[in-house]
Amino acid sequence: MNAPRSLSRLEFEPLPDSSSGMVELSRSPERGFFVAAARDIFLAFRSKGEVIQALVFFIVVVSLFPLAIGAETALLRRIAPGVVWVAALLSVLLTLPRLFASDHLDGTLEQMLLSPFPLTLIVAGKMAAHWLTTGLPLALMAPLLGLQFGLGGDELGVLVMSLLLGTPILSMLGAVGAALTLGVRGGSVLVALLILPLYIPVLIFGAGAVEAVATGIDYAANLSLLGAGLLFGALATPFAVAAAVKISLD
Amino acid sequence: MSNLATDPVTVPLSNARTLSAEGLTLTRGSRCLFRHLSLQVSSGEALMLRGANGSGKTSLLRVLAGFTMPDEGRIFWNNRPLAPAGSEARHLLFYVGHANAIKDDLTTLENLAQALAIDDVALANRTPAALSGALDSVGLLARRDLPARKLSQGQKRRINLARLLLIDKPVWLLDEPTNALDTDGVNLFTDIVNGHLKRGGLVLIASHLSIPLAGAAQELNLDENARVRLETIA
Repeated sequence: MNAPRSLSRLEFEPLPDSSSGMVELSRSPERGFFVAAARDIFLAFRSKGEVIQALVFFIVVVSLFPLAIGAETALLRRIAPGVVWVAALLSVLLTLPRLFASDHLDGTLEQMLLSPFPLTLIVAGKMAAHWLTTGLPLALMAPLLGLQFGLGGDELGVLVMSLLLGTPILSMLGAVGAALTLGVRGGSVLVALLILPLYIPVLIFGAGAVEAVATGIDYAANLSLLGAGLLFGALATPFAVAAAVKISLD
Repeated sequence: MSNLATDPVTVPLSNARTLSAEGLTLTRGSRCLFRHLSLQVSSGEALMLRGANGSGKTSLLRVLAGFTMPDEGRIFWNNRPLAPAGSEARHLLFYVGHANAIKDDLTTLENLAQALAIDDVALANRTPAALSGALDSVGLLARRDLPARKLSQGQKRRINLARLLLIDKPVWLLDEPTNALDTDGVNLFTDIVNGHLKRGGLVLIASHLSIPLAGAAQELNLDENARVRLETIA
């Protein structure tokens, strides 16, 4: 395979004409979002272990509580929303290092910064892929775990809804922490310390929604607040993450 | 019509491509790596960056790529200021540093395809046939479906050579591109760079090797006292 190659095979396309002095810019920059998301989902499928680990961690942590507390149905039902939400939160936290760290280490982030696509859209795509491979499976798994705690149909429905609205916020806030701690030693512990306080409102409104439906109060307010947080996060965090990534490359 | 040449947007020479920097100064810690450095590279020209380890070759390339903000100085494309990591810079500049941006979990072919997707190379230039052709040119066709973790360091570098063959950005900033490459790989790299220079591209290379280049080349020497010597070779 080390035979010398003939020059004729090394043919180049002519460079795009820049005689006007201007550069022709990307045809559709918004594709950067999908390119980055597709890439990360592809990578996640290639190393399924990490995705499954987070899910198994979630299941195990939630299952520990009935074992530790005993088969007291009333108590278990009361703590179920909080337990599931805390476990989901920790499980997401566990996956945050892989969001940017390996791309930082192998130089992919440099390539992403110099990609014709805007970095903001690329990191937004990465965050979306992170949610699809962590938050979404957690939300879909939650009803099974809720049954363990004797939750009823309404409560299970609201639990899934609160997780579907809340876990993307966890991914987005987590991405900010992960990007800020890039290249820092002991980064994963630092992310936890940095991000867990920010997760508290999500935890309160998420678990609160399920608790509300269990006690017969209107839960819509909690879900609306989660939805508002989701929209705000989707608008603001990609810019923050892109800025943090740029700083980490300096 | 007569004052067309003074119009700042219109560049008088057709197809002129010039990357220039003016007054670049960068201090790292207490050490000044370079002070008031100016350079200019035009279409079809190469600039070799020389200097001892730690003399600031990588830092200079990273400043030009827009990763690092210089303390002072500006970078121009066709005499117009180039915003670091701005949209225009991202369409012009191609940078490969010490890290290969290769994912061990992906195969050779998948690595190349993913890299070119991020580079937003036109779809016509990354058909399966084009990718295989490029891998063939760098001698990796037989390793096409092998996970990259099974490749040697030099073979991973060759994936990036295949990427050079398919990318259409005019300015290449290459940091120690011949590291881990064997003699044949260095020859291949030389051919690729010369091909790019012939089509009017610009190449800036930080390397200790002397690479036989076609066309005009300059050499920029960085020394420990932040002195810069620029000379024309070949």
